[in-house]
Formats: sequence, structure tokens, C-alpha cells
Amino acid sequence: MNQNVVWKLGLIILVIGLSVGSFYLKGMNLGLDLKGGVHLVMRVQTDDALRVQTETTVEQLRDALTRGSIQFSKLEMKDAKSFVVEGITNDQGFRTAAVDADTVYTRSSGVGSYTYTMKPNLENQLRSEAVDQALQTIERRVNELGVAEPIVARQGAVDQLLVELPGVSDVQRAKDIIRSTAQLELKIVEQGPFGSEDAAKQAYNNNVPADILLMPGSGDSGGGTPGTVFYALRRASVVTGRDLRNARPSLDENNLPAVGFSLNGDGARKFGAATEANIGRQLAIVLDGRVYSAPVIQSRISDEGRISGSFTQQEAQDLSLTLRSGALPASLTYLEERTVGPTLGADSVRAGVAASIGGLVFVVLFMIVYYKLTGLNAVISIVVNLLILLGLMAYLGFTMTLPGIAGFILTIGMGVDSNVLIFERIKEELSGTRGARAAVNAGFDRVWWTIVDTHVSSLISALLLLQFGTGPVRGFAVTLIIGLLANVFTAVFVSRTVFEVVLGQRKTQALSI
Amino acid sequence: MQIFHNPNYNFIRWRWHAIALSAAIIIAGAAMIATKGVPLGIDFSGGTLVRVQFDQQVSEDQVRKALDSIPGDKVVQQFGPVTDRQIMIRLPQTGTAEQGINLEQGSRQIEDALTKAGLPKFQILVRDIVGPVIGADLQQKGIYATLASILAITIYIAVRFRPSFAIGAIAATFHDILVTAAFLQFFKYELSLNIVAAILTITGYSVNDTIVIFDRVRENMRNKRREPLEQVVNTAVNQTLGRTIITAGTAFLSVLALFLFGGEALRGFSFTMLVGIVSGTYSTIFIASALAIILSKKPQTAAAPAAEPAARSARKQKGAKAS
Repeated sequence: MNQNVVWKLGLIILVIGLSVGSFYLKGMNLGLDLKGGVHLVMRVQTDDALRVQTETTVEQLRDALTRGSIQFSKLEMKDAKSFVVEGITNDQGFRTAAVDADTVYTRSSGVGSYTYTMKPNLENQLRSEAVDQALQTIERRVNELGVAEPIVARQGAVDQLLVELPGVSDVQRAKDIIRSTAQLELKIVEQGPFGSEDAAKQAYNNNVPADILLMPGSGDSGGGTPGTVFYALRRASVVTGRDLRNARPSLDENNLPAVGFSLNGDGARKFGAATEANIGRQLAIVLDGRVYSAPVIQSRISDEGRISGSFTQQEAQDLSLTLRSGALPASLTYLEERTVGPTLGADSVRAGVAASIGGLVFVVLFMIVYYKLTGLNAVISIVVNLLILLGLMAYLGFTMTLPGIAGFILTIGMGVDSNVLIFERIKEELSGTRGARAAVNAGFDRVWWTIVDTHVSSLISALLLLQFGTGPVRGFAVTLIIGLLANVFTAVFVSRTVFEVVLGQRKTQALSI
Repeated sequence: MQIFHNPNYNFIRWRWHAIALSAAIIIAGAAMIATKGVPLGIDFSGGTLVRVQFDQQVSEDQVRKALDSIPGDKVVQQFGPVTDRQIMIRLPQTGTAEQGINLEQGSRQIEDALTKAGLPKFQILVRDIVGPVIGADLQQKGIYATLASILAITIYIAVRFRPSFAIGAIAATFHDILVTAAFLQFFKYELSLNIVAAILTITGYSVNDTIVIFDRVRENMRNKRREPLEQVVNTAVNQTLGRTIITAGTAFLSVLALFLFGGEALRGFSFTMLVGIVSGTYSTIFIASALAIILSKKPQTAAAPAAEPAARSARKQKGAKAS
């Protein structure tokens, strides 16, 4: 055998070895549609984050105006990203007091009353940060759920997140945990509880001061339906979820499930000072805008606390999980949910394998019947093509999906096209007066550009397919693309080398085709 | 073995018949689409789809009755063979509001109703809930991807061959998409993500076939400059006929395996591919070349010598080495 051919054979065997090796060692990632699980697409309501910013700015401005004794008749939020101030008499003083707001908001022109609107670049930045934070928070929660190989990623539009949880059976629980905002706030109770919101308002002669917040909640014994009583709370929180160090399920004094939490250094200092100053008052434990309990502060507490409500054990566990992972900066709404049961996934894999084998058998039989021994050459090139496809998919960590299996089968049926093109051309050349070797050479050379053209056009549509659609369809596109690239190598290089081996050994230049 | 021994069919003669046949199919499909609309699967229409498997045989009617309390147009359908005991239930998109709780309401109603109705035990195999935002987004992306793919391929062919060929190839591709759409309509397949993926694959596949013939036309034109274009194209179609049929055959066989053994979930995909492969082969032989000739008609004499693009020199070098 010629040196050149040995070299080529060595390369082919190396490629096969690497492919099989990486497939065995790394294994194939299966998509959700093949192993079961849930795929969620959600929108981060980034307006929430803007609203928090605007609210904070309004409160700070109110403080600054009050401290500077600057008169105003109205100061309130208009929407998530703007607020209005009216009735300013001391314009110069106001501008000095409002200098902080100017860094984030644009002030409308005018005298005496202004509308402040958030600057567009800062608005975008805030929105983007909110999505990033939500992503990180969800990642922590999902990891705590103990899901193997979860995916949390941004998707499509700027405010959309994709979450894939393989093998999750209790989808509802997973969704609730992901979605719960887990906004913990501890606030001092000014008055209450009242029997209704109106009763609470009347306690302030229907003129609730701006620094007082009315909030629904259950009685301090815990339990009861939300909204049964109303508390008047100081708007400023003593501590919030950000000051938490840890949260874990525990039991309350009645031995019912509760959530115990501890505060970090900073939080403990604030909490200690506030509880010391307010002994005898009630402390409201607020979670997501509802007072869970409002125990009376007996003594200075520094770094430990407990949330009791009528929790089940599971709820206490889930709540401590979400508190540990931090609050979501904005609420979430689900846009899409796709759940695949685990048995179905296994069935799909079986069907996919059956169809692949069926397709391979059909094509192999066809090629051998039609091209006789040369057909075997094509079979070798298809098999190597499939091995490289599987090996590369495994090596690069791409995911095999149900449509991906279709791509695998198409690689069998369409990949053989290049072989057919070459063989047909060889036949044509043979019918002239050429010998086998010349015919083979001419067949490969003449068809090379056709193969390039057909692969480019297929790649174009496969690449655009990659841009479109969700996980499963993307899996199809990836399979198709890798299959096409591998096909150039196998149909041209591998197949030609096999011809050289076959023809090199014989002086009689006949070809079984 | 050889299917065709030096075939010399006069395909070009049949071009008007072929165009008429294709037009008839496409118009019938278009008429159906115009009157009934394209049936959209849940990927695009949004809504709720739940597929359950019962422990014992349950009829569609029993399930329908159990779901009576849920308002709206429900679809209740046996999924796959009866022995699989699978029922697919679909609810339309309710409201346009994007609200987290509303989104899952439908599937919860279905589960509750089935549990209460005293039917045999069941497990949920698939639950798809697609909100209106996602559906609309995908519709737009699907159309964009298909058009962009066709455009990109047109440009590629126009650069590598000649513009009239590009138009021929693209017309053939549009032809295949329209014929496939017509057949999807005839056989009542709902448009899903997978089917759009299949249609996009067909655009690539269909152009492949056409490129093979055009490549041969280009090669022949170099040798037989005096012959009229009709003759050259017809010869090329005949020379590549064996390859066209065999390739279509292997592709068809492999997709047939997918159609037969690949399970219900990929049936829409494989059906689309099967139709596309047949249509693609037919359009390659009859439509693409016919259109290329018709479109090349006027500037034919002038265009022929200038037909070679950049690839020619590369090819020449290759050819020199071979001979």
C-alpha cells in the first residue's frame, strides 16, 4: 500500500477513535423532550424595579423638602418611572434639595410644578439589572431545589428568562418557588390591628400620613385568611430580606412549622437598635406585602427572628429556601410552560432509536443492492459520518432533542447524496474509455464543487433554523449542521481513501459499481 | 445496476403541463387556506394542551363529557393508537392578558375535571401552556427565518451561477413550500414548530437538487456552446436523472422510517419532509430548469458566454489535475 494511503487511513481511524471515545466518555446530553422535565419561559416585570427606584426617590425628596422647610402641595408617583411635584414657591431651594433626583430623572421645564421622568439610559440599565438579579436569584433557588443540570438563561426579548428543569415531577411547587418574590420586611407597627381598611383610615381621620403604610395581614396569633385585619405600619423598614444571613425551617411556640431567620452584622445592628427603642410595640413581619405576624417586642433582639403563619412543613421549607436565595427584584409572569413526563421521554428515545435503525437499514440495503460493492463504500462513509456526528455532539456538549433525532436520520438519508453524486459520475466516466482509477479520480474532482454548493445551501437554511425556535428545534438545527460538516469529510475524504485502498491492491482495474 | 441507461427524455417539452399541474395543486391548497385558514398548532396559536394516559380504555366522549363544565372550544382527541390510551385535550388561548395565574388555569381545570369525573386513573404525559406573547413571537420568527433562508440561498446561487438560475431555483423552492403547505392542508396537519423546521429543511434540500442540475448545465455549456440552452438543460437533467432519483429515494426511505417508527410526536415533521422530498424532486426536474430556460430566453445569446462566475477558474484547475 502506498505511503499516502496509509497516512490517510491513519487519520480516519484517529477521527473514528476520537469520536467514539468522546461519545463514550462524555455521553450525550438529552433535551427535556427526551428525559422529561419542565421548560418555562417567564417575563421579569422590570417595571417593578423602576417603581421601587421611583418610590425611593420620592420618599428621599419628601425628606429633603421637609428638612429644608420647602413648601409643596403635592409630591407623588405618577407611574413606575415618573413622579410629579406641585406647588413649589421657593424654586431655588427646591432645586438644591432635589439635586439627587436630577441624577436619575429628567425634570420637565416650568415653574412651581414639575414632572420628573427617568432618564432612558438609566431606565434600560435598571431593567437589565433587574433581569440579571432575577436570573441569579432563580439560579440559586433552582440549585437549592436539587435539580440536576438546570438551565437558567436569558432568552429572546430582553426581559425574558428561560428555565429548564429536567426530571422535576412536582412542577407546581417548582413554579411557586421560582415565582415567589420573597420580599421580607420587618416594620414597626404604629397602630392596629384594625378590623378593616376603612377602620384603619378613620384612626387617622381619613388622612393617612405619607410615612404610614396600611397593610393587610392576619392576627398576631398567625393563621386566618389574608386581609382579615389591617395594620398601620411605619413605611421605613427596620430590616429587609437583604439583611438576612440565613433562613431555615423551625417550630414556633405552639410547635407549629415556622421559619427561623438570622441577620447579618449590619442587619443585627439595625435590628438591635430598633427593637431596643420600641420595646412594648408590635413588630410586623411582612412578606410580599402581607403581615404574617406582629408579635410584641419584649426585649432587645439582635440577630434572630421567626416568621410564623399557619404553614405546612413543606411551605416552611419552601419559604426558607426562597428567603435564603434572596428576594426577586421584580415579579415574574409565566409566558410558556412545557412539561414532559419522564415515561414519555423514554418512549421517544426508543422510537427515535428504532427509526434511526430503520432508516439506516433501508439506506444500507438500497446502496448495496444498487451499487454492489461500491455501495459498501457509501455505507462506510455514512457510518463514519454518524459516528463523528455523535462524537462531536457529545464533545461540544450539544443537546440531543426529539427533532434532533430527526436530524440524525436526515443525515443518513441526505448525507448519502454526496456519495450518490460521486458514484453516478464515476459510472458515467467508466462508460467512456477510462480505466477505473481515472474514472474514480474524475468522479471526485468533477463533483467537488457541486458538493460544496449543495452543502452551502443546506447550511444556510440550517443556520437560519438555528436562529428560530426553542430548544428542540435548535437541537435539530445543530444536528443537521454537524451532520453536514462531517459529511463533507466522509463523503469526499473517507470514501476516496476507501477507493484508493480497494483499487491500490489490484492491477485489474474493474470496479463493482 | 442502473435505473436509466443513457436516459434521453424530453423533459423540457412537458414544462407547461408540469407548471399547470403544480398550479392546480397550489391553487387548491391556497383556496383551502383562504377559506378555512391555516390550522395553527399550540406553538403558534397559544393555549393549553394536555396529553394524558389513562390506566384503562377511555373514549373521547367520556372525556368530553367530563370536561363539559369548562367553557370555550375544547378539542378532545385520541392520540396515537387506541391501545396507547392517550387522549389529547386542547383549550384555546383565553384572553389576551399576560397573567401568570391565568396561564395555568386551563390545565388545572382540566386536571380537576378529569379527577372529579370518576374516570380511570391517569397520568399527565405532556402539558404545554403557551402564552400569547410567545406564540406571536414564534409566528414572526418562523416567517422571518423562512424568507431569510430563501433570500440567502437566492443570493448564493445568483453569485455562483447566474441570476436567472437563481430565480429558477427559488421559484422551485417556493413551489415546494406551497405544495407542501397544500398537502399539510389536505391532510389536516396543524402548523407546529417542527413542521416549520421541516419546511426550512426542504428549502435547503430542494435547492440542492436544483444546484446539481445547474452545475451540470454550466459544465456542459463550456463544452457545447453552440447548442441552444433548451438542449443543454435537457441533457443536464437527463445526465443527473439517476442521481436525482436515487438521492430522493434514499432521503425518502430514511424519512419513511421516521414516519413509520419515529412515534406520533414526529409524524407531522416526517409527513412534511416526505411531501417536500417528492415535490422537490419533481420541481427539480420539471419546474426549476423550465423556469431557468424561460427566464434566460431573451438575453440567451448574449448571456451564454458571460455565464461563468468566479468558480470557473477554480474548477478549471481541478479539471486539469483530473485529466
